[in-house]
Amino acid sequence: MTRPGLPDEQIAQRIAAELEDGWYVNLGVGIPTLVGNCLPPGRDILLHTENGMLGIGPRPPQGEEDIDLINAGNQPVTVLPGSCFFGQADSFAMIRGGHVDVSVLGALQVSERGDLANWMIPGQRVGRVGGAMDIAVGAKRLFVAMGHTTRDGAPKIVKRCTYPLTAVGAVKKIFTNLAVIEVGPAGLVLLEVAPGVTPEQVAAATEPPLTIAPDLRTIPF
Amino acid sequence: MNKGYPSSAAAVADIPDGASIMVGGFGLAGLPVNLLRALAEQGARGLTIISNAAGRGDLGVGRLFKGRQVRRFIGCFPVPGHSQHFEEQFLRGEVEYECMPQGTFSERIRAGGAGIAAFYTPTGVGTILAEGKEQREFNGRSYVLEHGLTADYAFIKGYRGDRWGNLAYRGTSRNFNVMMATAARVTIAEVEEVVELGALDPEAVVTPGIFVQRVVRGEVYDKTWVA
Repeated sequence: MTRPGLPDEQIAQRIAAELEDGWYVNLGVGIPTLVGNCLPPGRDILLHTENGMLGIGPRPPQGEEDIDLINAGNQPVTVLPGSCFFGQADSFAMIRGGHVDVSVLGALQVSERGDLANWMIPGQRVGRVGGAMDIAVGAKRLFVAMGHTTRDGAPKIVKRCTYPLTAVGAVKKIFTNLAVIEVGPAGLVLLEVAPGVTPEQVAAATEPPLTIAPDLRTIPF
Repeated sequence: MNKGYPSSAAAVADIPDGASIMVGGFGLAGLPVNLLRALAEQGARGLTIISNAAGRGDLGVGRLFKGRQVRRFIGCFPVPGHSQHFEEQFLRGEVEYECMPQGTFSERIRAGGAGIAAFYTPTGVGTILAEGKEQREFNGRSYVLEHGLTADYAFIKGYRGDRWGNLAYRGTSRNFNVMMATAARVTIAEVEEVVELGALDPEAVVTPGIFVQRVVRGEVYDKTWVA
């Protein structure tokens, strides 16, 4: 069965449209990485990678990769005019110190109060936390990019996370194949639906109740 | 003053069984491959390895796990598919593992090197990684107490270095190397090129030589890109 709503590339495109001129942006692996491919033209948006670089350039052509120039996903990157390098302590000072305007992470589960679970499945014995916890607590805004449900159709937006938490009350907005949802003080607010998707379909695929925004709109594509 | 050593083997020759060793590098960038190869051949055992990842197959600290030289691993992200030697031994209960957030790991090392005993961080609050740790509120927000981290040795990799231990780096290879250099009793730096005093622009020295006790030119660097 093909997944309804937006393909991953369009989820990324929708997120990219949120990014403002002059923002410093950290992108996690998966759908978040795709955001880097569709940055809106005419805005200076600097990508931060926690292994120690600001102003990440696009992947180099095959044969021009450099093992000393990689992003946190261990993919080759390039230097842009204005790029800079730094060590890990400085990199996490940028993150934890609230200097990064937005971080986009993937998720296994997000709760109605913005708790994030994205680093471990129950029963997993080898922990691989990486920078996820620091990024989740430190960014000025935390966006989540993910499929709305698991492959089996189970909601990933839940009342209470059953997977080990990455951070408590950290997520601000959730972007999925079906919808854009804001985590508000009074719960989840449905801001946008994907073309051809109804608010009822979104609600059926979401465990906690959704408030429909008065100005609900369709994601423009 | 000359901190230069003739070979990686000579630079790691005195490392005893049971030593704690910080190892720099993220991916292959800044990974001290020659020192690790020399330590694998030297054969010290019962080691505590402090490193972001747990090796890349037989490369990096993977070589030390393969040779059963490691008793304890402190790190953040054993990369799936690359950490098989560590994972097998951890799952059999032969290696201890302390997993921590990468920013906490970095700051613990920075603090250790800077003479700071402990600090409070918001990272990890409400998660299993903060269980059992002291927490305190500042201005209405919860923080968890984390301790500075030091080691007997640090293995780091610079791009160029001089015989006083001043180091310059290349690209994203500073990563953990810059903090680890400050946090060990004996910091051993391997570099691609040893240059004359004065050849490094003082404005471009990233690790000042005071933090480095030994410098060696790495014997072999394979710069081939591996996906």
